[in-house]
Amino acid sequence: MEEKREALFGKTLNQLETVVKELELPRFTAAQIADWLYKKDVTAIEEMTNLSKAAREKLTSRFEVGLSDPVKVQTSVDGTKKYLYRARNGKFIETAYMPERNRHTLCVSSQVGCKMGCLFCFTAKQGFQGNLSAGEILNQIRSLPERHQLTNIVYMGMGEPFDNMEGVMQSLEILTSDYGFGMSPRRITVSTIGIIPAMKVFLEESTCHLAVSLHSPFEEERRRLMPIEHVYSLTEVLEAIRSFPLGKQRRISFEYIVFKDLNHSPRHVKELARILNGIRCRINLLRFHPVPGTPLQAPDDATLGEFKTALENKGIVTTIRKSRGQDIYAACGLLSTKEQQVI
Amino acid sequence: MKSLTKVTIISNLEVAPGAYVLSFPRSFEFVPGQVIGIAMNPADKPRLYSIASGNKENVVRILYTVKPEGKLTPDLARLHAGDTIYVSEPFGGFICDEQKAVWVATGTGIAPFSSMFYSGLGKNKTLIQGNRFANGLYFRDDFEKEMGPRYVPSCTREQVAGVYHGRVLKYLSEKKDLDLSVKYYLCGSAEMVVDVRDLLIERGMPFENVVAEIFF
Ligand SMILES: Cc1cc2nc3c(=O)[nH]c(=O)nc-3n(C[C@H](O)[C@H](O)[C@H](O)COP(=O)(O)OP(=O)(O)OC[C@H]3O[C@@H](n4cnc5c(N)ncnc54)[C@H](O)[C@@H]3O)c2cc1C
Ligand code: SF4
Repeated sequence: MEEKREALFGKTLNQLETVVKELELPRFTAAQIADWLYKKDVTAIEEMTNLSKAAREKLTSRFEVGLSDPVKVQTSVDGTKKYLYRARNGKFIETAYMPERNRHTLCVSSQVGCKMGCLFCFTAKQGFQGNLSAGEILNQIRSLPERHQLTNIVYMGMGEPFDNMEGVMQSLEILTSDYGFGMSPRRITVSTIGIIPAMKVFLEESTCHLAVSLHSPFEEERRRLMPIEHVYSLTEVLEAIRSFPLGKQRRISFEYIVFKDLNHSPRHVKELARILNGIRCRINLLRFHPVPGTPLQAPDDATLGEFKTALENKGIVTTIRKSRGQDIYAACGLLSTKEQQVI
Repeated sequence: MKSLTKVTIISNLEVAPGAYVLSFPRSFEFVPGQVIGIAMNPADKPRLYSIASGNKENVVRILYTVKPEGKLTPDLARLHAGDTIYVSEPFGGFICDEQKAVWVATGTGIAPFSSMFYSGLGKNKTLIQGNRFANGLYFRDDFEKEMGPRYVPSCTREQVAGVYHGRVLKYLSEKKDLDLSVKYYLCGSAEMVVDVRDLLIERGMPFENVVAEIFF
C-alpha cells in the first residue's frame, strides 16, 4: 500500500514555518500555505498557484493537503445531519450538523472512542482507539458540505477534548487565528467532563467558551455515572472555575443530562443552587435518550419542564436543549460503532 | 494539581518485562485506592499513579508499566535508588470499605486493590486479576497465600497451571452464580471497565453497585 504523506492541513503557522525551513523555501511561503489551507478551498498542493513550481514539487514530495470527505451521511427529518468521517487510522468518527433558523452548529469529535467510560454514553463502549490530530478535528469542519453556513462549533462529539490537549488546542488556535479560519472564540465551545489540569490550561490559553458535564451535584451519584469523579471531583472542578477570572464575554455552561427518576428531584435543585452559587453560568438540560444496554431511562417532557422551572426559581439560567435527529443514529457513538464493527 | 514535593527513591525494580515497582519513604497519610501525581521536575505535568502499598507501611510503592512513546515512564524506568522525583499529596475517591465485595483488575489496575489488600481490606473480598501473561499478575504470591480460593488469576496470552485462561470478562460471563448482592470494584482500561460493567448490569446488578476507576 502507498505510504500516506504527512498532512499540511492542521499545522499551525509556526509548524508551517518549520516545514518551509526544512525544505529550504522562503519564510513567507508559510503564510501563503496557511492562506491556501485555511482561507481558500484548495484540496491539493498543485492548486497553490502563487507558490513556485519548485516549491510545490518540494512540498508534494513529503506532504499532501490531507483533507478527507465524509464517507456517509444520515439526514434527520428535523434537518440534523450526521456525518461519518474516516480518521487517518482507518477508524470512523462522527460529526453532527444541526441547522436552526439563524444558528448552524457543528458538533465535532476530538478522539476515536473515549477512555472515560461514562455510564450513559455509547462512545464509551468503543473504548479508546486514538486521538485525532488538529487536522482531523478541523477536517470535520473544512470538508463539511455546509461549511459556509456554520455559525457555531461545539467540541461535544466523540471523545473527551481535554484528554487530547495537543490536537484540541492546536485546532482552536487555527480556528481563531487571523492566519487560520479567523473565527470568533465566542462561537466555539469546548465541553469537558472536568479533567482539571487540562481545563486550567484551556482557561488560561484560550478564550473559547467552556461547558462542563455535570449530570449530578452529588459526588456519590456522579461517581456512578462518570468514573472521572473519583479522580477529579466536581467540587474541585468548580473551585478551579471559581478561581479563574472569566471576564464578561466568556461563558461557562453546565451540561446536565436528565435521567428518569434519578437526578431531577427538589434535592438536586437545592444542591445545584448551592454548588453553583457565585458562578456566572447557565445549565443546559438534555433529555437522556436510552442507548442499547443502558440501565438508565428517559424522562418525560413534563419532568424536564418542571425541573427547568425549579432551577429558574432558584435563579439559575436554564435552557432545555432540543433533542435533535432522533430518527437517525444521533446519540453520539452509535453510527461509528456500527461502522467500526463492519470493518 | 496539588503541590509537588521532592522525594528520594528507595528502589525501582523491574518486576516483569516493562513493569516496575518504585518505592520512596512515606511522609503522608492516605486512604487505600488513592492516587498521587508524579513528575521528574516540578515544572512538568504530573502523571497519576495509584498507590500500591498499604497505608501503615513506612514506604509508598507504585506499580507502573513503561509506555515506550510516553513522556514520563521511560525516564522513570531509568531511575535508581538515591535519585529524586516529585510527588503530589494523595487524592481521589476510589475507596472501599470492609464490606464483602468483588475486586476486578487488569494490568496495573491491580494497584489500588493491592493497596487495599496490604491495608487489611482483603479479608472478605474476591479478587479477579487479569493480564496478558502470568508474569503480569503482580503480587500474585501474596494474594494467593492470603486469599486462597477467593483469588482468581487469569491471563489471555498463555496457558499456565492454576491460572484461568481468558479475559476477566469471559471468566465472569461463564460464572453462573455471580453474587449480585455485593459491590463490584473495577479498575484498569476503559475497555475492561465498560465491558464488565455492561455484563454485570445485563445480569441484573444495580448500576449503583459497580464502582469503577479508569487509568486514562
Ligand atoms: C486515576 C489514574 C491512575 C493511574 N494509575 C496508574 C498506575 O497505578 N500505574 C500505571 O502504570 N499507570 C497509571 N495511570 C496511567 C498514568 O497516569 C500514565 O498515563 C501512564 O503511566 C503513561 O504516562 P507517560 O507519561 O509515560 O505516557 P504519556 O506521555 O502520557 O503517553 C501515554 C501513551 O499515550 C500515547 N500518546 C501520548 N501522546 C499522544 C498523542 N498526542 N496522540 C496519541 N497517542 C499519544 C503515548 O504513545 C503513550 O503510549 C493512571 C492514570 C489515572 C488517570
Ligand atoms: S460522555 Fe464524553 S467523556 Fe464520557 S465516555 Fe462519552 S465521550 Fe467520553
